[in-house]
Amino acid sequence: MSGQELHYQVMWNRLISVVEEQALTLVRTAFSTSVREAGDLSAGVFDRAGRMVAQAVTGTPGHVNTMAAAVAHFINDIGPERIYPGDVYVTNDPWKGTGHLHDITVTTPVFTGDELIGFFASTAHVVDVGGRGYGPDAREVYEEGLRIPILKWVERGELNHDLVTIVRQNVREADQVVGDIHGLAACNETGRRRLLAMLDEFDLPDIEALATFIFDRTRKATLDALQSVPQGTYTNTMQVDGYDETLTLAATIDVTDSGMHADFTGTSPTSAFGVNVPLTYAQAYFTYGMLVALAPELPNNFASLAPFTVSAPPGVILNAEHPDPVAVRHVIGHFVTDLCLGAVATVLPDVVPAEGAGALWNFQASARSASKTDPKPPVELLMFNSGGTGARPTIDGLTATAFPSGVRTMSVEATEQIGPIIIWRKEIRPDSGGAGRQRGGLGQTIELGPADGYLFEFSAMFDRIQNPARGRSGGEPGAPGAVYLDDGTPFAGKGKQTVPADRRLILELPGGGGFGDPARRDPDAAANDQTQGYVT
Amino acid sequence: MAGSLRIGADVGGTFTDIVLEHHDGSFVSTKLLTTHDAPERAILDGISEIARDAQVDLADVSQIIHGTTLATNALIERSGAPTALVTTAGFRDVIETRTESRFEQYDLNIVLPPPLIERKDRHVVNERLNARGDVLVPFDDAEAHALIDRLDQTGYESVAVGFIHSYRNGEHERRFRDLLAAALPDVSVSISSEVSPQMREYERFNTVCANAYIRPLMASYLVRLRDQLRARGASCPLYMIHSGGGLMSVESAAAFPVRLVESGPAGGAIFAADLAARYGRDRVLSFDMGGTTAKIAMVEGYTPQTAKTFEVDRTARFKKGSGMPVSIPVIEMIEIGAGGGSIARVDSLGQIRIGPNSAGSEPGPAAYNRGGADATVTDANLELGRLHPDTFGATDIDLSPALARDAITGSVGRPLEMDPFTAAVGISEVVDENMTNAARVHAVENGKDLTGFTMIAFGGGAPMHASRLIDKLGLDELIVPPGAGVGSAIGFLRAPFSYEAIRSFYTTTADFDVDGTNQVLAELAEEAHSFVREGTDAEVTIDRQVAMRYKGQGWEIPVHLDAGPFDELAAELLAAKFTKAYEEFFGRAIDDLTIEAVSWAVRVSSVQARPDTVELVAEPDSMATSSASRSMFDPSTGASSEAAIIHRSDLDPGQGVIGPAVIIEAQTTTVLGAHHRCRMQADGSLFITRIDPSGDAS
Repeated sequence: MSGQELHYQVMWNRLISVVEEQALTLVRTAFSTSVREAGDLSAGVFDRAGRMVAQAVTGTPGHVNTMAAAVAHFINDIGPERIYPGDVYVTNDPWKGTGHLHDITVTTPVFTGDELIGFFASTAHVVDVGGRGYGPDAREVYEEGLRIPILKWVERGELNHDLVTIVRQNVREADQVVGDIHGLAACNETGRRRLLAMLDEFDLPDIEALATFIFDRTRKATLDALQSVPQGTYTNTMQVDGYDETLTLAATIDVTDSGMHADFTGTSPTSAFGVNVPLTYAQAYFTYGMLVALAPELPNNFASLAPFTVSAPPGVILNAEHPDPVAVRHVIGHFVTDLCLGAVATVLPDVVPAEGAGALWNFQASARSASKTDPKPPVELLMFNSGGTGARPTIDGLTATAFPSGVRTMSVEATEQIGPIIIWRKEIRPDSGGAGRQRGGLGQTIELGPADGYLFEFSAMFDRIQNPARGRSGGEPGAPGAVYLDDGTPFAGKGKQTVPADRRLILELPGGGGFGDPARRDPDAAANDQTQGYVT
Repeated sequence: MAGSLRIGADVGGTFTDIVLEHHDGSFVSTKLLTTHDAPERAILDGISEIARDAQVDLADVSQIIHGTTLATNALIERSGAPTALVTTAGFRDVIETRTESRFEQYDLNIVLPPPLIERKDRHVVNERLNARGDVLVPFDDAEAHALIDRLDQTGYESVAVGFIHSYRNGEHERRFRDLLAAALPDVSVSISSEVSPQMREYERFNTVCANAYIRPLMASYLVRLRDQLRARGASCPLYMIHSGGGLMSVESAAAFPVRLVESGPAGGAIFAADLAARYGRDRVLSFDMGGTTAKIAMVEGYTPQTAKTFEVDRTARFKKGSGMPVSIPVIEMIEIGAGGGSIARVDSLGQIRIGPNSAGSEPGPAAYNRGGADATVTDANLELGRLHPDTFGATDIDLSPALARDAITGSVGRPLEMDPFTAAVGISEVVDENMTNAARVHAVENGKDLTGFTMIAFGGGAPMHASRLIDKLGLDELIVPPGAGVGSAIGFLRAPFSYEAIRSFYTTTADFDVDGTNQVLAELAEEAHSFVREGTDAEVTIDRQVAMRYKGQGWEIPVHLDAGPFDELAAELLAAKFTKAYEEFFGRAIDDLTIEAVSWAVRVSSVQARPDTVELVAEPDSMATSSASRSMFDPSTGASSEAAIIHRSDLDPGQGVIGPAVIIEAQTTTVLGAHHRCRMQADGSLFITRIDPSGDAS
């Protein structure tokens, strides 16, 4: 290794710092709850061919790979000859962006003089895109809101006022949505300025040589990491509740010397509801699962993502096609990580955890006046909640913690400040972790109700009520979830329902599966479970 | 305070620093190893020693100001008292379920920090307030009595009380405290509505738990220290430095010890702020590098940047979210695992990584010859000629270049097929780049651009790396002050009496609660005044702030308030102030959105005499000469060249040094590259500037 390579290492670090600054700028200005609370965003720098060179670690796995692939679509659809200095492009196309209309991706070309040297792109989940509002109830993507094709938001420094007006007139909370698109453009601009300063400092004409260095290094390390999985074919299936009927998710993973390919043949057909998953999103959670298991140290870039490819027959729920509804694609999409990890578990017995709660138990509701005679303004509510994760081969599962999603929960006090809701209980659910040598993470119990003369209308999207997380290597399954009212009325796990003004909704979130034979649990750990009341 | 004899005592993880300031403002200092079993011992020994050497009678000392890592260590080592948490039914597990997230996305085996108080020690009572502070479920005395009986049987020494929405109405918490205090007078009680009345239950509960957990320990330590100081003849008042960078009385510190967390580093930032004022530099980057970490803080308008929360004990690579949040006013700084002892390794990508693991002082860097085998930053500095084997630090350690070279070869050179010298260049460049990137990202997080900042470098390691950092950050000025090795303890002597009271109170510009806001601000001012009056009758300044955001946003920006109560124009006025602040932060404001005010803070500080300003002069009167030199690597040229060796004590005010050079002193070494110019200032500071390669001053 030469001094020149050392120089490249320093510049690689700097480039990652540049995209971190880009992402931080976005987090600070975003209106969207899921961006600021959940880190539901992504930011990266690309070479002139649209290959991702570096991505901010501040981001969520759902955007890995999806945004990475998006920039090539931008180059293609805008047309290389129409890319000018001062341009900014935008889209929320689920199949060219990150899987549903609520994610807006903005791409900004970078020039030195007249020469195009690369792009910055960023993605954020916005508060609204019009249509029926966020939820699984649309039957086609047309009902889910405004679909912005790849267009110029800004051309040669001139804002496209026509497009801004179209967006404004088609979404609720127009100020916040347009504000977030401007925020995405601003964070790309931060990245662009930092990159140009960096090129100046290191006296580089462009990032081509640096990108080549990064890709060469990463490709080699990725392929080295893949060696820990013997070449061959691995399969797994998993049952999840689905929207209205149990779904089978199936994966066949082929491991070769050049990468891993997941095929989802055998997976159930698409749903009539918006839980369908564009293939690019399934690919993101497949890739995340493999990288977190095999090569956690590797950065996300073109070369680390390229070895992971996917396919699926048309019409399966992991390969939604236009105009399938896809708004809440994450509910099924998040199971893809456990599905694919399960396939390689036999050859990575010391790495792959048991299955976990997987899908988040978000409570997204509209608070409406309970009385016609005393009208009150409607209020939208959103809470992120997580069940338990699967036990790891040497460590218990995580209690009430999101996986594979990167979501954080919100403070009960802050939530109650915002809307007419009282959260009466939010605590660990004893006995919900699957027994095992390592115990599954515990779920949680949440009890909540409307306040101040309101009732709640909400679209339930809760999974693992019929199909609990399975244990691994002799571990037992986690407890299934449950949803009911405090008077005992059972609630469906999916679909529109109402919580009356005087009732409380009780959510029992699923636990993670156990790992290994429960009889072999360390006696001290077992005793501590009793002492702390994790197990009764 | 000017004209009196004062002592500053900083108990750090490795060293206890004692500084004695004379009547004329000059000071002497001493460094002792910290006595972990009884930290007061090193303080007492150090004070006795320094008084004897300076021929000072301890009875003539007018103030002793103390900062300590003891509170932080007790939290990190979990060595506090047996403590219970009493909370609202339904919320027993708030401090365990945290944010329900993983601070590291790419680690299947992530371990989340265990809660400070275990589940078996967390108890609930039925009571509930809503977000406006109205009672939904009344407090039940009988149930509380029954719980108090159970607490008694378990034998807790301390109890934390945290109820939902108590920042808005502390009545239930106070009721429980009064019942408990009456029944169990020996048990210490901390309530969240007093310790940290801020919205967000996880942070507030954690803060009250931390306070309760360390309170018995800190109270007994402070009493012990004061008694023993008196026994040695130092009957003057003892004051504590708090995390916000001000002084508080021992009584306040014993009641709210969580406010002592991070008080040592706060002293460093005050040290930098005082120098910033002295030199008239209103934008300063304070850079403190020790054995384990580097700390970087921004000081603007001669005031360190502050924050309302702090994470103790970030377990994983100093990563956000891997520690324990406490909501207290703190001087904001970024801390990264980049110190002299930080260990270098090569990852699976063939990239050199530095830290966060540190060889510490035992075994220390390989060059210490105490059994350390890993290459560290210090080893690389030795290999590159920046450190001289015989002139390292204040200790008796002689560095071994051969051992350093072996370690560098083993840890980095062999895996990357590099000669040890090139590997050392790599280690040094990567650690410098890490610190640079951390500073840049920190600035972005605060909506700032570092252009035009002046760096002030202190701590044993900083002067060695600072000139490279100003190159990378594009800064034009670097100051290495005298006393850099005991900067925090000197900073203590520059701190005002101050107290910042904070409370969450929600209102919006759409329906602004004028009376409610005025009442909150008046109560906060009263609280802050009463703390400050425990220490001083001096004139005070009052700084009032509100944290505001657009409705729908999750991150607030601070807005300073004018003096005087609000009237019916308040909403308009606040909206205008917020819009201006938002534009400064993000470049543009958003029209017609409602603005929310979330929390309010009043800081009362005693007025400090501004230090006499010193004009920094870059142009030297004459050049220092040196007959000694050594070969040193210069990253700006990419090659080694002969660097003059200059003793700092030989430099007269006005003398200049042309790089490449090393300026050596007992506790640190200042490194100059070929394009750096240095001039010794009248007050003993080194003022370093850069010239661009063409030779023009930049």
